[in-house]
Amino acid sequence: MDVSQYLEIFIDETKEHLQSLNDQLLILETEPENVETINEIFRAAHSLKGMAGTMGFKRMQRLTHDMENVFSEIRNGNMKVTADLVDVLFKGLDALEAYLSNIQESADEGTEDYEDIISQLNKILNIGLGKETKEQGKEEVSGADAVTGITVQSDSSAEKFRNLNIQSYERKAIQKAYDIGMNVFGITVYIQETCILKAARAFLVFKSLEGLGEVIKSQPDIQDIEDEKFDFDFSMVLLTKESLENIEMTIANISEIQNVYIDHLTLEQSADDTMEAEEENSHKQEKSNGKNTVNTKNNAIAAKQSSKPVVNRSVRVDIEKLDVLMNLVSELIIAKNGLVSISSSEGTSRGESGFNEQIEYLERVTTNLHESVMKVRMVPIESVTNRFPRMIRDLSKKLDKKMELYMSGEETELDRTVIDEIGDPLMHLLRNAADHGLESNQERIAAGKPEVGSIFLEAYQDGNNVVIEVRDDGGGINVEKVKKKAVEKGTLTQEQADVMSEKDAIDLLFRPSFSTADTISEVSGRGVGLDVVKTKIESLGGDIEANTKLGAGSNFIIRLPLTLAIIQALMVELGSEKYAIPLGSIQTIEDVKISEIKYVHSKEVINLRGNVIPIIRLDKVLDVESDHEVTDHLTVVIVSKGDRLAGLVIDNLIGQQEIVIKSIGKYITNNKIIGGATILGDGEVALILDVNTLV
Amino acid sequence: MEENIKELEAKQYIVVNIGQEQYGIDIKYIDNIVRMQRITRVPKAQHYFKGVINLRGEIIPVMSIRLKFGLEPDEFDNGTRIIIVKLDAQSAIGIIVDEVKEVVSLDESMISKVNTELDEKNNYLSGVGKHGDSLISLLNIQGVIND
Repeated sequence: MDVSQYLEIFIDETKEHLQSLNDQLLILETEPENVETINEIFRAAHSLKGMAGTMGFKRMQRLTHDMENVFSEIRNGNMKVTADLVDVLFKGLDALEAYLSNIQESADEGTEDYEDIISQLNKILNIGLGKETKEQGKEEVSGADAVTGITVQSDSSAEKFRNLNIQSYERKAIQKAYDIGMNVFGITVYIQETCILKAARAFLVFKSLEGLGEVIKSQPDIQDIEDEKFDFDFSMVLLTKESLENIEMTIANISEIQNVYIDHLTLEQSADDTMEAEEENSHKQEKSNGKNTVNTKNNAIAAKQSSKPVVNRSVRVDIEKLDVLMNLVSELIIAKNGLVSISSSEGTSRGESGFNEQIEYLERVTTNLHESVMKVRMVPIESVTNRFPRMIRDLSKKLDKKMELYMSGEETELDRTVIDEIGDPLMHLLRNAADHGLESNQERIAAGKPEVGSIFLEAYQDGNNVVIEVRDDGGGINVEKVKKKAVEKGTLTQEQADVMSEKDAIDLLFRPSFSTADTISEVSGRGVGLDVVKTKIESLGGDIEANTKLGAGSNFIIRLPLTLAIIQALMVELGSEKYAIPLGSIQTIEDVKISEIKYVHSKEVINLRGNVIPIIRLDKVLDVESDHEVTDHLTVVIVSKGDRLAGLVIDNLIGQQEIVIKSIGKYITNNKIIGGATILGDGEVALILDVNTLV
Repeated sequence: MEENIKELEAKQYIVVNIGQEQYGIDIKYIDNIVRMQRITRVPKAQHYFKGVINLRGEIIPVMSIRLKFGLEPDEFDNGTRIIIVKLDAQSAIGIIVDEVKEVVSLDESMISKVNTELDEKNNYLSGVGKHGDSLISLLNIQGVIND
C-alpha cells in the first residue's frame, strides 16, 4: 500500500497538533501546575507519535516518543516543570517542525536525528526520576493505553477472525509458516465509532503490521477497507515472527482504536474452502498488484519533480459554504434558462421587459456567487499569527529584553494566497521591533517607561483593504541617523539629506541592503530585511509604510487587498485607451477649472475644501497620446492611499463596473503602475491602475 | 524500423518569415497561432512589448521580435500572425511574425550549430537548419523570451 494519499491529512493534522503543543507549552510556562494543559500536551504528543510512526517517519517518531515520556512523567506527578525543561521541549517542537517542512517539500523526513535534543530530554528524565527510569518506562506505556481507551480483551463473540473464510492456498501458506516456526495470528480490530477517517486508521493498522510480518488475508479485503466499505471492525490473518504481545502493542498504539482482539490461529479453526471464492480472490489480488505498479510509477514521477512541494495547497471549507455555492449555481442555471426562453419569444413586448428582468436576476446571482466564492477562499489571519507569541518568547530570552506581544483582530480574513505569503514579512517586522525597536530594560527604566516593552500586532479591515499594523513602544527610528548612514553609504549627498523630509528618510529603510544597526546580531541587522518585506508585500498587491516618533516607538502599516480576483472599478478614458481605477481607493470625482490649479514646488496642486491635493496628469505618466481638445475644465478623480490624497486627471468617465482582475504575466516588467488587466464586455483588454504606486 | 527511429529523433519546426529571413521555432513550445488582433498598449513596458491581447479570456503579453532584433517596426497585414508560445504551463507569451510558412522536420544532421559567443544576437539562435535549398535560422526561444 502507498502512504502518499494520506500525506496531506498527516501534514494537516501534524500542523494542528504542533500548534496546539506550542500554545499549551506557552501556558505551561506561566502555569506549571495546570493539569488540564499537561493532559492536553500529552494527548497531542501521543497522537503525533502514532501518526509519525505509522507514516513511516521513524526519526520523527523517536523524538516524539522521548518527548512523550517526559510529558507522561509530568502528568503522573513524578516530575516538575522547569524553565530548562520548557526550553528543551520548545527545541523539540522546532525539530518536529523542521521534519514536517521536510516532509512537505519532499515527502521525506530528512536525515537529521537531533541527538542533542533527545539526549537532553533523557538527561532531564533521568535527573527527575533517579534510577527508576526503566521501570517507569514500562508503566508509562500501559498508562498511555489507558488514556486512549484501548483495552485488550478476549471475548470470543467479538473475535470475528475466527469466522474468516480461509482458502486452500492460504491454508498452505499458514501451514508453511508453522513449519518454519512463524506465528500465525488472527486479529480483529475495532475502530472508535467517533473516528472520522476510519479508512486511514485501518490503513495505519495494516501499514504497521506490514512492517512486522505478512497479512495474508483480511475481511473485508484491503481494497474495500481503503474505500471505507466496512463498519467499525475488520479482521485479518497475520504471519509473523513477532510475539503476540508485540503485535497487540503495535496496534494498540495507533490512535482511535477501540479494541483489539488477537489470538493464535490454528488450521482446525478455519472453515471450508470453495474454489469459486478462491478464484475471485486471486483476481482481486491481481487487481491490487496492478494498482501497486501504478503507484510505483507515480512515485518515480514524484521523485523527479522533487523541487516542487509534494502536497497541494488546500483550504478547508465549511460544508455550509459549499451548499450556498451549489444553490447559487442552480439559480444561475435557472437564470440562463429564463434567458433562453425569452430569446425564443423575441420581438414581442413581453420579451423586452422580461429580458431586462432576467439580466437583473442574473446580475444578482453572479454578485452573490462572487461573494460566496471569495468567502470560501478567505482564511482568518490567525493561522499565521498564532505562532508569533512563541517567537516573541524566544526572542525575549535570546535578546534578554522583557517584552509582551499584544495581538488583536486575528479573526480578520484574507485570501488564502495572501495568508500563505504574509507570514515571513510579519515575522521580520516583529523581529525588527523586538531587536531594534525596543530598548534594553535599563534604557527603558532610565527613560521613565515601563520595564516590559510592548509590541502590538493589529489587523483590521479598511474599505477594500486589510490593514496590518506592527507597532512597538520602543525608541523609534532616529531619522538623523538614517540620513547620516545614507550619506556614508553614498546613497544620498549631504545636500539631499538636508532637505529630505522625515517621511522620505524613513522610506530609505526600505532600500536594499540598508541597515542602521551598528552591530550585526543573530536576530537582525544584516540589511536584507525591509526591502525584502516591501517586495513581498508589493508582489501581493499591497504596500507598506512606516511612521515613527523618536522616543515613543515606530509603526509599520501593511495594506493588503481584500480580494484578489474581482473588484468594483471606475472605468475611465485617456485618449483612445481605457483604464480601470479600483473603486475602493476613489474618494470623489471633481470637475476642476484650469484656473484653480496652483503650483507648489513647481508641482500642480488643487485646493479642495481645505485640502491641498497634488495633481497627477495620467496622460503624461502613462505616455498616452491625448487627442482630447483643451478645455478650461479638467475631470479629476480623487484617490486615497491611507491618509494621502491625489487627483488623477482623466479625459472621460465611462462608468462603474465589476471587473475580473487578471495578471499581465511575468514577462512585462518594470511596470508597477499597472496592477493587472481585465477583459471588458466586448472582449477588449483594459489595464488596471495601481493607485498605491501612483500616489 | 530504422527509419522510424530517425523520424522520432528529428525535431519539428514551424517556419516563419521575419523580415528577409526565415526562422524556425521548435513546435513543442508552440501553443497556438492566431491572427493579428487588437493589442492593448501597456505603458512603461519594455520597448519590444507591443502590449497585451485577450486570447479566450486569458491576458497574454505580445512581443515584437522585429523590435527585439533591432529591425524596422512591424507592418501588420493579412499574413501577420501571433504565435503563442508556452515555456511553462502558467505563462504564455505572444510573438509577432510576418508570416507562417510551413512545418518542417529537421534531424540533427541537417542542423549546424552556431557559435553563441560570437555576438549577442546569436544568443537568440540555437542553430541553422538546411531544408531543401533554403536556410532556416532556428530560434532559441528561451533566450529570446527570457533575455
